[in-house]
Amino acid sequence: MSTLQIRDLHVSVETKEGAKPILTGVDLTIAAGETHAIMGPNGSGKSTLAYSLAGHPKYQITSGSVTLDGEDVLAMTVDERARAGMFLAMQYPVEVPGVSVSNFLRTAKTALDGQAPPLRHWVKDVKSAMERLRIDPAFAERNVNEGFSGGEKKRHEILQMELLKPKIAILDETDSGLDVDALRIVSEGVNRVSADGDVGVMLITHYTRILRYVKPDFVHVFVAGRIAEEGGPELAERLEAEGYDRFLATT
Amino acid sequence: MTTQTSGPVAGPSTDHSRAVADGAHSHGVIPQASRAERRTSFELADFPVPTGREEEWRFSPLPQFAPLFDATGQGLAAGGVQVTVVNPPEVTVEIVGRGDERLGTVGRPGDRTAAAAWSSFAEATVVTVPRGAVASAATSVRIEGVPGTGPTASHLLVHARELSEAVVVVDHVGPASLAETVEVVVEDGAHLTLVSIQDWDAGSVHAAAHRLVVGRDATVKHVVVTLGGEAVRITPDAEFSGEGADLTALGLYFADAGQHQEHRLFVDHNVPACRSRVTYKGALQGVGAHTVWVGDVLIQAHAEGTDTYELNRNLVLTDGARADSVPNLEIETGEIEGAGHASATGRFDDEQLFYLMARGIPETEARRLVVRGFFAELIGQIGVPEVEERLIAAIEAELEASMTTLAGA
Ligand SMILES: Nc1ncnc2c1ncn2[C@@H]1O[C@H](COP(=O)(O)OP(=O)(O)OP(=O)(O)O)[C@@H](O)[C@H]1O
Ligand SMILES: [Mg+2]
Repeated sequence: MSTLQIRDLHVSVETKEGAKPILTGVDLTIAAGETHAIMGPNGSGKSTLAYSLAGHPKYQITSGSVTLDGEDVLAMTVDERARAGMFLAMQYPVEVPGVSVSNFLRTAKTALDGQAPPLRHWVKDVKSAMERLRIDPAFAERNVNEGFSGGEKKRHEILQMELLKPKIAILDETDSGLDVDALRIVSEGVNRVSADGDVGVMLITHYTRILRYVKPDFVHVFVAGRIAEEGGPELAERLEAEGYDRFLATT
Repeated sequence: MTTQTSGPVAGPSTDHSRAVADGAHSHGVIPQASRAERRTSFELADFPVPTGREEEWRFSPLPQFAPLFDATGQGLAAGGVQVTVVNPPEVTVEIVGRGDERLGTVGRPGDRTAAAAWSSFAEATVVTVPRGAVASAATSVRIEGVPGTGPTASHLLVHARELSEAVVVVDHVGPASLAETVEVVVEDGAHLTLVSIQDWDAGSVHAAAHRLVVGRDATVKHVVVTLGGEAVRITPDAEFSGEGADLTALGLYFADAGQHQEHRLFVDHNVPACRSRVTYKGALQGVGAHTVWVGDVLIQAHAEGTDTYELNRNLVLTDGARADSVPNLEIETGEIEGAGHASATGRFDDEQLFYLMARGIPETEARRLVVRGFFAELIGQIGVPEVEERLIAAIEAELEASMTTLAGA
């Protein structure tokens, strides 16, 4: 059973005017089996948190700590974090021309397991995971994210999550841009992954509609680079009704 | 990167807008005379020894190419390369003297080294695919530098007769200092794939003039692969002799530290209703790696119904490498199917790297995937499995070298 611990995390980005602080002391603990929804206004730093956890070079950690089962995540390279069990479904997945989805998935799986997956099983796993997410088999031979629609990119992220079996999954607005059917299909994917209780999920979202399918154990309100309030699912309903004014006024 | 487009802007049926949408480049930077007015001649004396100020030499390292200029006019020596041909039974191979009337029928030399190659060669290799013949295997022409010899010249004619089908792979290996002519005659309805691989030993210098003529309804795939050698300059010139001809020109190059690789193409749409597609892609790594791509396309006033598109992409993998890319499209008629070009030179994309690494893929493996991906589609278009496999292996070897450097850094 894994636990991700984020303690007093401060993060800056480099700008022309110098380092600009974005995260101003984030505290959050996510254990396997838990689903945490993170909601907050545009620009409050949600993606910054997600990318910082994944190790994107654009973000500088100025203080604080992140550990996964006691291991120092911040000391790891991007690929080491993934191999330690971290997974980030990106808000804007990147196109990789000339690299097919099937080649990419197999290469990633091989890197994570330290050995190539047995071919027959793997092909079957990929095929059935794609079926469950209603991804056309033709996508296996297409280049990673190249020419994918917004919704197709998001499904492709969830496909990876299902196949790569992380310990901690961070989903950055995976629900944005999905039609009603896709939202349900993607939510089912998330629920399948979290059903066996082995994975902790951080679900960044603007909308309560995904929370009808994916039941969060905790809801965190993210404002101005930190968590301003925590509660249960009812907090999400309240945010939907009231907006973020209450929090913005006090900052 | 420098780019330019010259010539009158075409009429309403022109799809030149595609180029603008596609290309990360600006237009009309350097005014230049029409490509049609560029001097061509079989006489060496018509091309003064280059000084570097000439348009066609401005990117080239002259000290390296100087031995091929034949400055004294006495001719380059024979015997610097050994030519070995392995051909299937349907294809004939001859060694002929320079007086053979089949030689020198396609275009004319366009620069000093091309003229030196023409005036110097003693014997030529002639590969003929007879009328209607379908070659059962690829013809291999191996041009191997002979150690200890000086600047030399060679001449190859590939003649695909009417309705024939063949693949010819010309391989350049070993140590050499070579001025070469490759003439390619493709008669009506023939299908020819011609691959020229420059895989020289380090320190080799090579200037090659490829001159192609493509007949009515003929299909030609012209593939240039440049990997090894100190300074390599290939100038393919293509023209047409009948309507409905289709030319695909593909190029792939990989320049390491200190290498100069230059590809200058000229597609002369001198006949109506022909199609040309030019795609060149290169990767560069290491200090002093320099590539030059110049793509001149001329659509003559009477060449109505022309359809042309040319593209050059360069991937700069490390600091200290330089890629020059100059597409140049001249359109003298508005009655065309389409005309466009695109050129882009980019550095390694760190976002792609991050995405792959975020899935657990180590950095060296991720870089490999991206570079392989950059070339994958182009390699897939070659259509000759042996060549494709060899290229993938060659790129792998290039990357192996750079990853070792990276790991040590
Ligand atoms: N290079 C940069 N220069 C200046 N500000 C930056 C830079 N990069 C990010 N920021 C700022 O950091 C803040 C946090 O951005 P982030 O993407 O984390 O927000 P978010 O909460 O994910 O927003 P959204 O809900 O719109 O996705 C934003 O105000 C953004 O403008
Ligand atoms: Mg965001």
